[in-house]
Amino acid sequence: MTDNVKKHETPLLDELLKGPWPSFVKEFKTLQDKKAVANDLLGQLEYSYKTKLGYWKHGGIVGVMGYGGGVIGRYSSLAEMFPAVKHFHTIRVNQPAGWFYTSKALRTLCDIWEKRGSGITNMHGSTGDIVFLGTNTEELEPIFEELTKEGFDLGGSGSNLRTPSCCNGQARCEWACYDTMGLCYDLTQTFQDELHRPQFPYKFKIKMAGCPNDCVASIARSDLSIIGTWRDNIQMDQSAVLKYASDGLDIQKIVVMNCPTKCLDWNGKELKIDNSNCVKCMHCINVMPKALAPGKDRGATVLLGSKAPIIEGAMLSSVLIPFIKLEPPFKELKDVIGRIWEPWAEHGKNRERIGEFIERVGKGNFLEEVGIDPVPEMVKHPRENPYIFYDEYLEDE
Amino acid sequence: MSEKQARITDIGPPHHDKFLPPVIKENYGKWKYHENPRPGVLVHVSHSGAKIWSVRCATPRILSVISIRKICELADKYADGYLRFTSRNNFELLITKEANVDPAIKEAIAIGYPVGGTGNSLSNIVHTQGWVHCHSAATDASGVVKAVMDELFVHFQEQKLPAKLRIALACCLNMCGAVHCSDISILGVHRRPPKADDANLGKICEVPNLIASCPTAAIRPTTKNGVATVEIEEEKCMFCANCYTVCPALPINDALNDGVSIWVGGKVSNARSTPSFSKLAIPWLPNTPPRWPEVVSAVKNIVDVWAKDARPYERVGEWVSRIGWPRFFKKTGIEFTKHHIDDFKHCGGTFATSTQMRHNG
Ligand code: HEM
Ligand code: HEM
Ligand code: HEM
Ligand code: HEM
Ligand code: SF4
Ligand code: SF4
Ligand code: SF4
Ligand code: SF4
Repeated sequence: MTDNVKKHETPLLDELLKGPWPSFVKEFKTLQDKKAVANDLLGQLEYSYKTKLGYWKHGGIVGVMGYGGGVIGRYSSLAEMFPAVKHFHTIRVNQPAGWFYTSKALRTLCDIWEKRGSGITNMHGSTGDIVFLGTNTEELEPIFEELTKEGFDLGGSGSNLRTPSCCNGQARCEWACYDTMGLCYDLTQTFQDELHRPQFPYKFKIKMAGCPNDCVASIARSDLSIIGTWRDNIQMDQSAVLKYASDGLDIQKIVVMNCPTKCLDWNGKELKIDNSNCVKCMHCINVMPKALAPGKDRGATVLLGSKAPIIEGAMLSSVLIPFIKLEPPFKELKDVIGRIWEPWAEHGKNRERIGEFIERVGKGNFLEEVGIDPVPEMVKHPRENPYIFYDEYLEDE
Repeated sequence: MSEKQARITDIGPPHHDKFLPPVIKENYGKWKYHENPRPGVLVHVSHSGAKIWSVRCATPRILSVISIRKICELADKYADGYLRFTSRNNFELLITKEANVDPAIKEAIAIGYPVGGTGNSLSNIVHTQGWVHCHSAATDASGVVKAVMDELFVHFQEQKLPAKLRIALACCLNMCGAVHCSDISILGVHRRPPKADDANLGKICEVPNLIASCPTAAIRPTTKNGVATVEIEEEKCMFCANCYTVCPALPINDALNDGVSIWVGGKVSNARSTPSFSKLAIPWLPNTPPRWPEVVSAVKNIVDVWAKDARPYERVGEWVSRIGWPRFFKKTGIEFTKHHIDDFKHCGGTFATSTQMRHNG
């Protein structure tokens, strides 16, 4: 469908058509002859570039029937100048695990979005969803109907679970210590209700990485971070180590000296690993992928609580379960997830992320509530301050 | 909407099995090792001997359906229609015929999607929405990213950096992009507390909600000219824009004061050192669209100094840990100010409490 299109002059944005990096301005311009909304978006953005201010308004509850999330209401505050972006709602669509597609599936998504919206996307949003940028309230139900018919569903927003996301894991990485994509799909299906209907104090994100390299930044960007690791010895092919050395790798300087626990020893002929002191950091394996590999007793470390700054400051996830085996149907993990949601959903304050909740009530108390025993792996070091809170004390009869 | 058909809900995403190339299905969990034959290309080798080549191509993250269809054509031509996107907004063609790799690279570049970002290189910049569609943006996202990547382009195409370099950008401190753990973070900042539109505030906003939205309790109810409004205790405001999110009559965006800050030394991978937050390097630089020259040169300076000085595999944060923060400021020529000293909750832990210092040199 081709709109009756009014083009705006964009001299400032045109500067960003120059240079070797792919230009987002060019992306908008590909739709210029077809979509009024692409032109008014360019127009409003040019106006932002001129005045150094943004012109979007927040809020307005919009969405599809029966869901409490997945659509983000957005309105222009310059609707008289740029009427086509008066409504500019965002739709979050569940990505397939590992962001794998066929060209056929992508074309299906493109056809729906060209017909029903601006034709502009984010591939992908920072939570992981396919993000459709810009449509009207009236289009929401039809888009939803067409997406579900093709097997796609909406992601979360507000106080919902967000679409879980994961690295490409065993599909294409020899280091994956569990099936990240299998787990991601399973959890997404298991928690459909939490994903579509708000039931928490605030958002909850789950990210899965297959090894401690954490290619999806789960430790920084998800309330629940599930990071693959192993507990036995690194697998080593000594002849391949020698091959790296003879090919010119300075094993002493590049590998041994960068080991955080000094558990590697290289005498020019043989690499020895004190596996009992290896903290599974991946460095040596990263440098010599043909010679070294994670061990065979594989599973994951489960960490909890990372978030961006709002409200109590940024946090990294901290250890909840030092090691867990992850095999379908992932019963133990799902059970733990249910148990950590319970006290937070019940006692968390409005807009309190689980990391903040744990800091407020105390990690020790939280563990007690969840039924997990405290172990030294959970802390960098034991407490330094002497203000120990005791729930009970002894008294003379 | 048709009444005949039952409405489909809660189906979740399609199963990934539908989208995996046969060679991946056959070798799922059986990969043995990988090599990096040239920048932007990984070849994974299975225990069975099977191979798959991944060609990593940059996108601006914002993609039109027109471009996605072009990318589909590329995938059809060289990768039997199979591709994936990465956590840093690149796409990867999943190729089974080695002979297709070079032509695929050539054509991807020709249609505007450069190839690189593997190994010790700079991958794509993870970023947020900016003026393209967020209300609280203190700077644009895509424009700054484009300008910075144009300048640092060679580091995407080559693998000559000491270690991986991860840059992220968020246009306000809510950090949708979770930029707080990157080698270099570019973060939009507001610096002027919101100003109440007294005449309209009572009409369009719920005052109790508004007061509750402020994390530092800086908002108080008041009455002006007989109408209910709010006032801001300016010294308590840390410019988070939460109040503006809740109430459009409390605008925080301000062309004179909004700008960009630069943070360094964070990482998420567990390799060598543990994951860590980025730390403040430059508190404020002006917003200068369309190409933000001050931001671009500040980032380039940090990258250049690090690339020259760091040891192999030393990420920015690991390099600074070795040389110390005083020397970081000295080598980069960045000024250290009172704003670099934390004064929020628990800040005391960031003060230096030892005499260990590199006085000489
Ligand atoms: C109303 C304006 C906002 C818009 C348009 C917006 C938009 C977005 C979008 C599109 C994403 C990616 C979603 C996905 O991939 O599923 C996202 C993620 C995120 N947003 Fe926002 N957001 C807004 C406000 C906020 C606020 C106020 C906060 C903080 C309180 C926030 C924190 C985040 C975080 C932490 C992420 C995820 C980062 C990650 O997963 O790495 N956003 N936002
Ligand atoms: C105390 C009041 C409010 C606060 C503190 C607040 C804050 C926020 C924050 C931090 C986000 C980003 C959350 C995220 O990424 O999930 C957000 C998103 C959003 N808010 Fe609010 N908000 C408030 C009230 C409202 C109201 C009254 C509306 C509608 C009338 C509204 C509609 C939305 C919508 C549609 C989003 C979309 C983003 C999303 O759901 O992810 N909010 N709000
Ligand atoms: C088999 C080898 C590996 C595979 C298949 C792999 C896969 C990926 C992919 C596809 C991405 C998104 C990349 C992009 O778009 O630029 C990524 C990002 C990343 N990778 Fe890897 N990677 C591998 C090795 C490593 C190594 C050796 C490290 C660390 C030493 C590492 C750490 C990271 C980090 C930190 C990110 C960025 C996460 C973020 O900040 O969003 N990866 N990886
Ligand atoms: C009003 C109450 C207190 C009084 C009058 C008091 C008095 C003293 C005195 C006179 C000394 C010896 C100073 C010296 O060696 O010259 C001392 C040392 C010390 N006090 Fe207190 N104190 C009090 C409370 C506390 C509390 C509450 C703590 C712990 C929380 C504490 C911990 C210590 C410690 C650890 C030392 C030894 C310091 C060192 O030798 O390095 N004191 N105190
Ligand atoms: S996190 Fe580990 S397993 Fe997953 S893709 Fe990255 S390196 Fe591979
Ligand atoms: S994985 Fe890390 S800790 Fe373990 S031996 Fe290798 S470099 Fe050392
Ligand atoms: S980082 Fe801030 S300004 Fe940017 S999109 Fe997120 S909430 Fe909006
Ligand atoms: S910007 Fe944030 S800190 Fe400042 S008044 Fe608004 S809510 Fe409070």
